[in-house]
Amino acid sequence: MHIVVCIKQVPDTKNVRIDPDTHTLVRQGVESIINPFDMFAVEGALKIKDLNGARVTVMTMGPPQAAEALRETLGLGADDAVLLSDRAFAGSDTWATSTTLSAAIRKMGDVDLILCGKQAVDGDTAQVGPEMAALLDVPYATFVKKIDIEEPGFLKVLRQTDEGSELWKLQLPALLTVIKELGEPRVPSLRHKMRAKKAEIAVWGNAELGLDPNSTGLCGSFTQVVRVFSPQRRTNRIQLEGSIENQAEQLFQYLKKARVPGL
Amino acid sequence: MDYFLTEEQKMIQELTEQISREKIRPIRAELDEAEEFPWEIMRYLAQADLFGLYIPEQYGGMGGGIFENCLAVEKLGEACIGIATSFAASGLGAYPILLFGSEEMKQKYLPQIASGKRLAAFGLTEPGAGSDVSGIRTVAVRDGDHYILNGSKQWITNGGESEIYSVLAITDRIKGPRGGSFFVVETGDPGFSFGKKEKKLGIRASTTRELIFQDCRIPADRLIAKEGMGFIIAMKTFDKSRPGIAALGVGLAQGALDVAVEYARKRVQFNKPIISFQAIQHKLADMATKTEASRALLYSIARYMDSDPREVSKVAAMTKVFSGDVAMEVATSAVQVLGGYGYMKDYPVEKMMRDAKILQIYEGTNEIQRNIIGQELNKEYGRLKESFI
Repeated sequence: MHIVVCIKQVPDTKNVRIDPDTHTLVRQGVESIINPFDMFAVEGALKIKDLNGARVTVMTMGPPQAAEALRETLGLGADDAVLLSDRAFAGSDTWATSTTLSAAIRKMGDVDLILCGKQAVDGDTAQVGPEMAALLDVPYATFVKKIDIEEPGFLKVLRQTDEGSELWKLQLPALLTVIKELGEPRVPSLRHKMRAKKAEIAVWGNAELGLDPNSTGLCGSFTQVVRVFSPQRRTNRIQLEGSIENQAEQLFQYLKKARVPGL
Repeated sequence: MDYFLTEEQKMIQELTEQISREKIRPIRAELDEAEEFPWEIMRYLAQADLFGLYIPEQYGGMGGGIFENCLAVEKLGEACIGIATSFAASGLGAYPILLFGSEEMKQKYLPQIASGKRLAAFGLTEPGAGSDVSGIRTVAVRDGDHYILNGSKQWITNGGESEIYSVLAITDRIKGPRGGSFFVVETGDPGFSFGKKEKKLGIRASTTRELIFQDCRIPADRLIAKEGMGFIIAMKTFDKSRPGIAALGVGLAQGALDVAVEYARKRVQFNKPIISFQAIQHKLADMATKTEASRALLYSIARYMDSDPREVSKVAAMTKVFSGDVAMEVATSAVQVLGGYGYMKDYPVEKMMRDAKILQIYEGTNEIQRNIIGQELNKEYGRLKESFI
């Protein structure tokens, strides 16, 4: 079984700020991390590998430094990594991104399962996974929290919805977008880390993918960002942090201080 | 400080630091409070290939030495030496097999220990035998193809959690120090059971239990090396393991220093952060200096020991005694820097101070370490022809 996990490098959102004048993300001095939801996808793939045996390829589209993110996943136990990098990919919206990623999947040829995080924490669109499935014409399920392989060629997945859980059966090849409940990411292993340090990471550009330059990057994007703005700051907002119990206690104390009747 | 580590050694630090930060720090207080064995962390450490750092590659290990193991133990100890002790104790149990076991014995047990699938433990101390090993009462009697063990072991780290035990028993009482032998006992062996779990001042995530042998019957090939080698095996094992205890001390001191400096920079009294007061600065300066000295001594001794010199007892004792004392002092100072807050469980230094005390006691009390250093000095200078007076 060949599993491809699509990951994205995003700014560490715990420290992200918006420039009040330009309304853009202040990227200076902000560390890049692998999109946390994509880490659950990596963990999901590695779990399948542990249980059933599989070859796991991790793929990302980005500038050359995105190779570091791929190396991190090799340290966790992924077998191969592919970096899609080309100046022509710059400015991609979700459609152009999906076009490029799907072309890479097609180039690989033997992919049985594609895993993505449910969304990236920077753009928050949750579009790339389903768009890829459409472009590749494979079945897909979103918000997956459990994956079972009971019979060859099929997957049984449990997906989270607002109403509850749904059990789906999908025929392979298929694409899944996953959520946290799939499992906390593991820690790297020393052996994998040592291998990752020296691993050659394949870099594919437009030429390797055989794509029309007009279908990728800014040229291949249907959407354009016209304006980015910070919503007006609402006053009197507090954000609670800590464990659920601790947050409940803080909220209780707050309401008590605010003299809410009955407390 | 740059200690000129190799790529691989830096990777060990990076990996163990990540585990400390992401997995250990968030749960250390909880495990301490619940006195719960850190099985989840043990599984992460196994997955990370860390249990086999010092075990040769042919037995499934990473082929490193004492130094590599110490780097890992130090970083884990920065977050919690209770958890790090549980990790390191498996190595203590493995060393008798690694150093003196037959090829078959090594093939059988070391890969299991290296992969972390099974933990090891070391059984020496008894109610009447701690610093004085000659007080051991547990006996092993040969019976055909078997040995039969009777007696008990006290305060055994990882007791009841580990599955592989290296145990010292008397095979010939008349021979005195040459009458002890080491055996491998496994969980499930007939007549082998566990006593009560001890309640402790510190390192409460680490389990300490009694081992009980009642006509415990084990195959004769579980004897490590030969009969009568027991005390030598114990001493050589401690030589190898003591730098690990020193590493716990360096880690704990660093962890306490980190909290103290961060707190002193934030805590405002008399309209100033308290780090601006010399009373605090000098305390922090001494803490930092001693921590670094303790680390420098450990690193140079661990590297020296990995070069396989003939005599290591003195230096192994030196790093153990120094790091243990420094850790206790730095943790106590850290509590003082944090004042009332430091005494409360809301900050980690209260636990660190409780934890630190064991470093001066286990794997040979610091008094015993000083005995070893003193005796070695006497021997060394006795061999010298030169006079310095």
